[in-house]
Amino acid sequence: MSTPATPIWEVFIRSRSGLAHRHVGSVHAADATLALQAARDVYTRRGEGLSLWVVPSSAIVASDPADKEMMFEPTGSKIYRHPTFYEVPDEVGHM
Amino acid sequence: MLHQELARRRDPMWRWERPLLREISMYAQGLNQSDPAAVTASPEAARFQARIDAEDKIEPNDWMPEAYRRTLIRQISQHAHSEIIGMLPEGNWITRAPSLRRKAALLAKVQDEGGHGLYLYAAAETLGVTREDLVDQLLAGKAKYSSIFNYPTLTWADIGAIGWLVDGAAIMNQIPLCRCSFGPYARAMIRVCKEESFHQRQGYEIMLTLCRGTAEQKAMAQDALDRWWWPCLMMFGPPDAASQHSDTSMMWKIKRFTNDGLRQKFIDATVPQGHYLGLSFPDPALRLNPESGHWEHGPIDWEEFRRVVAGGGFCAADRLDARRRAHDEGTWVREAAAAFAAKRTARKEAA
Repeated sequence: MSTPATPIWEVFIRSRSGLAHRHVGSVHAADATLALQAARDVYTRRGEGLSLWVVPSSAIVASDPADKEMMFEPTGSKIYRHPTFYEVPDEVGHM
Repeated sequence: MLHQELARRRDPMWRWERPLLREISMYAQGLNQSDPAAVTASPEAARFQARIDAEDKIEPNDWMPEAYRRTLIRQISQHAHSEIIGMLPEGNWITRAPSLRRKAALLAKVQDEGGHGLYLYAAAETLGVTREDLVDQLLAGKAKYSSIFNYPTLTWADIGAIGWLVDGAAIMNQIPLCRCSFGPYARAMIRVCKEESFHQRQGYEIMLTLCRGTAEQKAMAQDALDRWWWPCLMMFGPPDAASQHSDTSMMWKIKRFTNDGLRQKFIDATVPQGHYLGLSFPDPALRLNPESGHWEHGPIDWEEFRRVVAGGGFCAADRLDARRRAHDEGTWVREAAAAFAAKRTARKEAA
């Protein structure tokens, strides 16, 4: 007994207008239409969203967590990119 | 998070191992590794444990000890199987629900359980197993699920008792799992817990209605409580004293409370609810300890637990047969969907 593999789709939901679509999980489905229906049934049974995206998992290109330092560490030292790096006298008030 | 999950999915499958009996608790919590010192033996393992101690979440593609991965695959998949098998005892009463209101609620609840199973399978898949493998293991009878679902639902009152007690026990167990160290499992449990509260409340409402009804209806509610009470206490797993090994699941923050600790919380929460219904519990030793404020209970029949876990449950064969039948009868749907998708893809390529 062996069940043939069905493609995986990543599911994204926009929960309210004005918000971005957010990853919520995945479903298995043979095609995009069925993936949308499965995502509707599995992830939006209580009005969780206004819009759904399904994306084939295989279509997503991801950074390698092993490269985390190389990818993201350089910004750690660039504190001048943050507003608090700059001195503004108290008398000037909120800026 | 997503990226890590995806990367992990491309990894080779992890081998399935049949759990040992002593490891079984509600959802097979605890691998009970015999040598806790081995857990922090390597530098990676020490870093991993430091992250856990700092309440950092572990994501699928982060380094993790193999035993951590195996424990999670087993626990999450068994939890998923429990949700899927858990649809059956209640599904048994959908066509015979006493009103449209009850029927709509029961349908929604059973559908939620299917959904919970799917969230959990998706979380397990991030660890490198495939959905199909997990399903096949369940259908082949190689995977475990919560033994509570091998008890029969004899009357409508059982639907009330399951919602109130079985889902109540599940909530006790699942709330701490929302803080589990493994990110995808914790996130799935947050979704599950949000939905589970309705299950318990609708069950209690069924019990309340029966208890305010005729003498026969109240007797039916009492009978359901009598049959479900002890199996529900067993859902939390063997007593802590029976665990001979140190529990690495606690150290890894997969598990946050001991079996006995969760069981006590459940009893303390549930006994007053039963008394409000005007029902009595099938335990002559049950008494409130005025000093500790906890309800003390009589001895649990662990022989029965072992028997049911080992497949001796009244409905064990029925449950698997029902799943296999559903799977077999759905084969043509999966095949047709795959054939249609292949045809559409081929046409698109030709155009």
